[in-house]
Formats: sequence, C-alpha cells, structure tokens
Amino acid sequence: MDLTYTPEQNAFRAEVRSWLEAHVPKGKLEHYDATREGFEAHRAWEATLKSGDWGMVTWPKEYGGRGLDLIQWLIFEEEYYRAGAPGRVNQNGIFLLGPTLMEFGTHEQKQRFLPPMASGEEIWAQAWSEPQAGSDLAGVRATAVLEGDEYVLNGHKIWSSRAAFADWAFGLFRASGSERHKDMSLIFFPLDAPGVTRNPIRKINGHVGFAEIFLDNVRVPAFNRLGDEGQGWHICMATAGFERGLMLRSPARFQEAAAALAALWQRRKNTCDPALEGAVVRAHVNAESYALNIYQTASRLMAGAKIGAEASTNKIFWSEMDIHLHETALAILGAEAELVTPTGEHDWLDDYIFSLAGPIYAGSNEIQRNIIAERMLGLPR
Amino acid sequence: MDFTLSDEQQMFADTARTLLGDTCTPDHWHKLMEQGAAFDAARWAQIVENGFTALIVPEAAGGMGLGELDFALIAIEAGYVALPEPLVESAGIGAPLLASLAPDHPPFADPAAIIAVAPAINPVVANADIAAAIVIERDGHAFVATPDQVTLTPMESIDPFRRLFRITWDEANATDLGPADWGLALDRAAVFSAAMGLGLAQRAVDLAVGYAKDRNQFGKPIGSYQAVKHHLASAQTAIEFTRPMVLAAAAEVAHGDVQSRARASQAKIVALEAAEQAARASIQVHGAMGYSWEVDVHLFLKRALALKQSWGTPAFHTSRIATRVFSQPVGADQTFARENENA
Ligand SMILES: Cc1cc2nc3c(=O)[nH]c(=O)nc-3n(C[C@H](O)[C@H](O)[C@H](O)COP(=O)(O)OP(=O)(O)OC[C@H]3O[C@@H](n4cnc5c(N)ncnc54)[C@H](O)[C@@H]3O)c2cc1C
Repeated sequence: MDLTYTPEQNAFRAEVRSWLEAHVPKGKLEHYDATREGFEAHRAWEATLKSGDWGMVTWPKEYGGRGLDLIQWLIFEEEYYRAGAPGRVNQNGIFLLGPTLMEFGTHEQKQRFLPPMASGEEIWAQAWSEPQAGSDLAGVRATAVLEGDEYVLNGHKIWSSRAAFADWAFGLFRASGSERHKDMSLIFFPLDAPGVTRNPIRKINGHVGFAEIFLDNVRVPAFNRLGDEGQGWHICMATAGFERGLMLRSPARFQEAAAALAALWQRRKNTCDPALEGAVVRAHVNAESYALNIYQTASRLMAGAKIGAEASTNKIFWSEMDIHLHETALAILGAEAELVTPTGEHDWLDDYIFSLAGPIYAGSNEIQRNIIAERMLGLPR
Repeated sequence: MDFTLSDEQQMFADTARTLLGDTCTPDHWHKLMEQGAAFDAARWAQIVENGFTALIVPEAAGGMGLGELDFALIAIEAGYVALPEPLVESAGIGAPLLASLAPDHPPFADPAAIIAVAPAINPVVANADIAAAIVIERDGHAFVATPDQVTLTPMESIDPFRRLFRITWDEANATDLGPADWGLALDRAAVFSAAMGLGLAQRAVDLAVGYAKDRNQFGKPIGSYQAVKHHLASAQTAIEFTRPMVLAAAAEVAHGDVQSRARASQAKIVALEAAEQAARASIQVHGAMGYSWEVDVHLFLKRALALKQSWGTPAFHTSRIATRVFSQPVGADQTFARENENA
C-alpha cells in the first residue's frame, strides 16, 4: 500500500489541469437534456476534448485514447470535476459501451465505433429497457431476425437517456420465439435509420432527458452485433458491471459536490440550524469513503482482479450518498430550496431531483440488494 | 499509488485469522462467560508467541517495528472473534506509547506483559488490574504506575469481555515520563477501534447469514425473504465502504497532520456505525434468539456500543473532521493531500 502519487502521476495531473484551465468553457453550457442546442454545445465540447486527446484516456491510442491506466483515469476525472468541465454527453458510449466493446468487439468493430465515440462525432444511447421489461430485463421482447447479412429489428424500447438527440443506440434484442436469458443479442442501430421513431419523454425536471423508441423493420448489417449471436445477456451483465462498479460515477463528482456543500454551509450557517453541520461533514466523509473504495478497486483491477457482485454495493452507496448530500443542501437553503435556480449558479435543486433517479437507473437498489444477498452473501433465491 | 496489501501483510492477516479463529470459538466464549472471566491465559500465550504483541513496538524496545497498517489487519481479526484479551489496547495503543517515552521500561523485557492506558478522554481503564504498567494522562504528561500504586474500582461493562476500572491515583506514587504524544495514541486507538469494528460488523453479518439459511418459517428458509436479504445487504454495503477507509487511516496515522487525524476519525465513525448496524440487523434476523444469550450476536452489539463511545465519541470525532473540512482545501484532488503540502 502506497497512498502517494508518483512524480509521473503528479506531472500528469499538472498537464491535465493546465489543459483544462485553458479550454474549459467559462460559462455553464445549457444542459444537454434541455434542448438540441444544449446537446450540440456539449458535442462541440467533446470535439475540443478530443483535440487535446482527452476523449477517453484509458483506451488504446489506436482507438482514440491515450492508453493510460485506471489511476491516471481517476486523476483525470478529479481534475475534470475540479475544473467544472461540462457533463459528458456521450457517457453511455464512453463509459458503458466503450469498455464492453473493448472486451467483446472485433478489431474491425473497435476501429469503426470507438474513435468517433471518443470524439463525440457519434453520441450513443442505451436501448435496453422496454415497457414490460425494466428490472426484469430478461423479459425483453424486441426481436432481431437475421436475413442474409442483415438484422431486421422490431420492438419498443423506453427510458433511453439522450435518445431524443443521440446518433446511435446499442439495443438488447432476442431471436423470435426465444425465452428469457437465451438467444439475446446486443445490436447497434442508427437512431435515424428508416423505421426508427423516437418520442421524447419529459423527465421529472421537465427536460426531454429520455425517449421511447419504436423499431419497425429496421435493417442493420450483421456487423453491428457485438459478440456472438445469443451472447447478448452475458454482454449486458458485463456492461452493467462496468457501469455499477467503476465507470459511471467517478468519486470526483461527489467530492466536488461535497466541497461545494461545505462552501454553501460556510456562507449560510448563521441563518440555519447549526445541527446541519454534522450532515455537511458527513457528506465529505461519504465522498471520501467512496473515493477510497474506488482507488482500492482500481488497484485491484490493475493487479488483475475482475469486477464482481460487489459492484452492486457501489451502486447503492453512491446513489444513497448523492441523495443525502443534496437533501442536506436543500435543508441549508431552507424556504428558498423550492426556487428554480438562475442559469449559471450551482443548481442544488435540479441535482437533488436527479439524485432521486440514482436508486432507479443502472438496476434499482432493490435489485442490487437482491444481488448482494444472493451472490455475495449466498442467501437462497 | 497502490491500494493493495503486500504478500507479507496478507500473511499476517491470515495467520491472525487462523490463530484467533481456532482459539476464540463460540465454545471458548461460552466457557469464559460461565466462569465470569474475560481473559484466557493459554490464548494470550499463543498471541504472544506469534509476535502480535511486539508488532508495532519499535525495535529499540525489542519489538518488530512494523506499521499501524500491519497491526490494523490483526485488529480486524480480533474484532471478528470479539477477542476478550487486551491485544489492541495493550499492544496497539499502550505499548507503542510507553515505548516512545521509556523504551527500557521493564515490561518490554516480557512480550506477554500488559500495558494499560488511561487517557483523559476515557472514564475507565481496561485491564488495569493485570497490567505490568498503567500509562496515565495528566496535563499532557504521561505518568506510569503499577496496579498496586493506584486505586482501582472495578466497573461492570455490558460487554462481558471488557474488564474496566475507575482509577484514582496520586502523582507521588507514579513516575512522570514527561510530555507525551497523546494525540498519536488517540489516533492509533481510533484506527484500531475502527479495525475491530470492521471485524465485528462482518461477524455479525456472517452469523445472521448462517442462521437465515437454516431457520425455516412459512416452509422456507427466512434468508429467501427479501426483507431479510435487504437488511443484510445494507449491512454488507456499509462494510465494503468501511474497509478501505480503515486501511487508509491506518496507513496514514504516522503523518500526524489534520488530514490523517480526520481520516482516523472518519474510520472510527463509519466502522463503529457499520458494526452497530450489522449487529442490529443480525439481532433482527435472529428474531427472539437474537435477543437472548442462546446465540452470540449480543457480544457483537455490546462491543460495538463500547467502542463507539470510547476513545472519543462520534461527536468528538465529527468535530475533528470538521476542522479538516473547514481549515484545509477540500475537493476531488485532495483525497491524499497533506497539510504541509497545502501550507
Ligand atoms: C434517469 C433514468 C435514466 C435511464 N436511462 C436508461 C437508458 O439510458 N437506457 C435504458 O435502457 N434504460 C434506462 N432507464 C431505465 C431503468 O433501467 C429502469 O427504470 C430500471 O431498470 C427499473 O425498471 P422499471 O422502471 O421498469 O421499474 P420496475 O422494474 O417496474 O420496478 C418498479 C419498482 O419495483 C421494484 N422491483 C421490481 N422488481 C423487483 C424485485 N424482484 N424485487 C424487489 N423489488 C423489485 C423496483 O426496485 C422498483 O422500485 C433509465 C431510468 C431512469 C430513471
């Protein structure tokens, strides 16, 4: 155990910091889920990031990355959040599909899909959930039928984040007539392909953050299937592991939020309940617990370990910590908490609302607790 | 930056797990409780023989001179078996404190000697009657005395394995060793209490898991019910996020700065909370059994309650973290920052 950075790691941090200081947009961009303009402003930012080669630092160089290790990735993320850089509009691509493609894709697929993902030229949505298949994802009904060297896709997907504006989706389909976990495939389709209809859905905060997607005889080349035919369920579970265990929520996000909360408290403590200081301090403790846990995971993975069922404890921890942090902020704001935040200011209210989705998406926390109980603790099903 | 344990550390932990697991079984607990005792001489001899009491004693005092992280791994195992003997208090807190002041003090000639500590922050002293030396805090100084030089009044703890005393003493009958680093002693105590808490928490969960697989109601194991599963999954989640905190706190104690003190305090708070949560979940999962002496869960609740409040209450430790949060930079790049680098 060595909890100090090497000179190289410190130099890397300095390099990231100075690049971000020079490039991060000064004003806050409009939210990528709010309007097409907000979405495109974030795409432009991804292009700027790519110009500095910062799109996805852990990927190999040939696929648009820098070939860096997970500790460097954590350092990059720390600097990214510290700099207040824009949210990653392509997070479903770079953090979920990217690592999965790296593990299951062919060289040709990686060459085709990863570089434009790293640069934001192609922004991705995840199309797994269906009206009748939420927690019970194995109940997916959308079908993929191979005709020659093309798949014909049909079905109804829903809750697909950013799909209203995104370019591509990675969807979960099944061979017609197949049951449950068997004969599923993960297939990519362009969101503007003939036969695709997207209907925006308003989120609780009013943004068109997700869409439902209807697929009516959508034809895509068989090249767009990731992994073998029928391997879809296995691949989805691997993606979910990356999502919950490491990539989706880097600690830096919560550490910066906890720091902002401490500053909010300092400004307002004379006008609110002094007992709230304990919750402010606790938000810091939680964020640091999460950071140390992720450093431990990164070290373990670098030493050759694989992410297991403990990824589910992560998902519970960060989602509950996020709610605690933001409810504390609203308690400090008191009777002003309900006021919609002026553009450009720290939006505690919207972040609180978003924190409430944490226990639902990426597999609900009830499902995560089932997984922990059954796979980590060995309790009977 | 590397958050993995060395092979040697892994080996220490394994040795401790095997030794304590074999010598401190539920049968051993029951026997001690029947006798109204809280010290097993044979087990203590084996602990001494394996070098655990000499682990973080500096070489100048005849010890092995290893670090707090090494000892914390053993303290986790001590918690897992609700160890009655004062391994943590004596070898983890008392011995390094006394050695820093008087490396030639007679107890260091005997690795089995028990060194009790009476810091100002605790109202009672553990194992003072069987100690070879009691190190007492007054006005920042450390005084050392033997049990016959002080007055000890036994105090009963709800934890049958804690032997506690109130101490009254006269400076005329003790030796003044001069100003001592009581802050460091407190940090070690916080970290090792946290480590024990981590072990307590895991054992409480493991006991409940075992019971939930065997106990049937409504025709199936209670462990198949989600309400039961979710209690234990929540407890296990707290454990997963306590462990790295405890290890980091142990690895950083020696820095003695605002950050390392806050980390020790964080570890103590989250670990004893995890221990209490796990013990309470375990009691709930055991039903009335859990509320009795028929099963052993109560030992874990009781030790958790004791360690949570001793060596600084949660409020005390929260205020130390507040000092770090409000006097030093915070944020994503500050996880491993040091006070002298921020100066
Ligand atoms: C903000 C947000 C973004 C999302 N983004 C995407 C996306 O990009 N792509 C995508 O495919 N999906 C996305 N989703 C959908 C998400 O994956 C699902 O909402 C989630 O899997 C739960 O499914 P459901 O909504 O159908 O709820 P249901 O499965 O109907 O669950 C409803 C409630 O019942 C509980 N429940 C269900 N089954 C069990 C059980 N066995 N045991 C205990 N409790 C149970 C759940 O925990 C939940 O509380 C998103 C959702 C949100 C909120």
